[in-house]
Amino acid sequence: MHIPDGYLSPATCGVMYAAAVPFWAVAVKRVRKALTARTVPVLALFSAFSFTLMMFNVPIPGGTTAHAVGATLLAIVLGPWEAVLGVSTALGIQALFFGDGGLLTFGANCFNMAIVMPLVGYFIYKVISSDSDALSPRRTVGAVIGSYLGIVTAAACAGVELGLQPALFHTAGGTPLYAPYTIGVALPAILAAHLLVAGPVEAVVTGGVVVYLQRTHSGLIKADVAKKKEGKRWLAWGALGLVALATPVGLLASGTAWGEWGVAELKTMGLGSIPQGLQKLAGWWPAPMPDYGLPRMAAVIGYILSAFVGIILIAVFLWLLGRWLTRKNQTKNDVSGGSPEN
Amino acid sequence: MKGDDFLTKSISGFSRVLESVVTTEDISRASGLLQSLDPRVKLVSFLLFIVGISLVRSLPVLGGIFVLIILLSLTSKISPGFFLKRVLIFVPVFTLVIAVPALFLTHGQPLVHIFGKIVITQQGALSAGFLLLRVTDSLSLGVLLVLTTPWANVLAALRWVRMPALIVDILGMTYRYMFLLLHSANSMFLARRSRVIGSFSGGENRRWLGRALAVTMVKSQKLSEDVYLAMLARGYQGEVHVLQDFSLKRRDFLWITFSLIVVIFLFWVSRL
Repeated sequence: MHIPDGYLSPATCGVMYAAAVPFWAVAVKRVRKALTARTVPVLALFSAFSFTLMMFNVPIPGGTTAHAVGATLLAIVLGPWEAVLGVSTALGIQALFFGDGGLLTFGANCFNMAIVMPLVGYFIYKVISSDSDALSPRRTVGAVIGSYLGIVTAAACAGVELGLQPALFHTAGGTPLYAPYTIGVALPAILAAHLLVAGPVEAVVTGGVVVYLQRTHSGLIKADVAKKKEGKRWLAWGALGLVALATPVGLLASGTAWGEWGVAELKTMGLGSIPQGLQKLAGWWPAPMPDYGLPRMAAVIGYILSAFVGIILIAVFLWLLGRWLTRKNQTKNDVSGGSPEN
Repeated sequence: MKGDDFLTKSISGFSRVLESVVTTEDISRASGLLQSLDPRVKLVSFLLFIVGISLVRSLPVLGGIFVLIILLSLTSKISPGFFLKRVLIFVPVFTLVIAVPALFLTHGQPLVHIFGKIVITQQGALSAGFLLLRVTDSLSLGVLLVLTTPWANVLAALRWVRMPALIVDILGMTYRYMFLLLHSANSMFLARRSRVIGSFSGGENRRWLGRALAVTMVKSQKLSEDVYLAMLARGYQGEVHVLQDFSLKRRDFLWITFSLIVVIFLFWVSRL
């Protein structure tokens, strides 16, 4: 799934870097928050482990071999954000040193394998294992299913990124400039390979390691029962992330979203007369991103960027709302805290 | 010995990595043109080249860039045979496999008819050419950068472009301990290989692999503990200091001028 340079347009690479940066920032912030002097050696050694793991040849039926990525495994043992940094580091060394994956596509590769994969995998692992103890078979099942879905989701992302290229970037004569296959070809091809081969390999490897750790080093499997609240927040972020990942699908849809017709469209839809109020209102709000796209920018980059800007705006709004609500609660608690408990 | 093949494959994979690192260290310390440049200048200029390559829409220009890269590798005392082997073996071959079906699957004006029925389109041929040349160009630039820059200098350059110190420290240590883990995994596989007569079932092999991986993971965890204590004993307080100080020389400015001309040319060509 390592996409080399040349397969993606520079604009796509830019968008993917932009998509990866917030996750890296959160990861660095989270890890720094929990930073002890121990953090650097631990992360370094586990990044090195992640690199080594990607070099292990796993025998698959038919006599050939495949590689695992191990992003979900790292998330289970180290924590999701630590896994984001660890796998990114391993991918960085692969790209810089061994030419495995490109420098411009590094953002896209990290987004797929170091962000989507561990976060989706860990989220599912968390949902399935929830508060079971470290030795519970639920942890094994969670690890197997989580790692499988993690790698399949990552592959789907890669398929969409590659599949969008010919539609977006071609010469006037219709020659694709980068990856040549349309989304109808690229996505099923890459998904089939991961559903049938790479996914099971990832699942078997992750499950195998988790079982062994349960038997011999159960301390390495974190069973933090206390963090119930965290789980719920995870659910919300996970859902938001999945929706955001589906953004490019909107590019394939034609027409306008139901209920979002412009005045001109309403006319063609057979609405003989435009309600006067609508006609008047049509131009009063000068949207800074008309029709979800920055003027003069390639329409699609604009579309994806607008999606991200939208998500960020909504997230900021929700965060502010949340802060405001919790502060209100806190002041209430402070007031009631003054009186002795009955 | 079909079932055991993964042992041999992994072992040769490990050795390939270790070997390529040793040769890289040798080449990056030779006295060639690119080795003598400031790593920061090199990093930024190579990144700009790769961006330029991704914008160009002309096959002759992409081919010309490859010739230029070969010339650069010659002036940096890299034997062309070694360089081509390193560049061409892996990714371009893989890309070729990807690119060939595009010859037939891309819609457009027919270029060549095979057996009267199968049609290679003009668009398909151009597109396959773009993919192949772009991948080869970008990859060979990446290889050239790494071959002519010691890893410590790459890290210093990353630090200079404002990458968080946390990340640079981790990158540096990862690189250092990667080899230790690779060595230890290599010994495990070698030991298994030498003890196995006949062959195991795929399931048994996968179970063994799971155990080997888990053991490697436990080892890396233990090692991180030891490394931390060793660092602590030497006065580590969460900060890594770099002794090297870089300063730009005359040849760096010449290189900057040269790369600016190339990049501006690439941008200009891509607008045609």
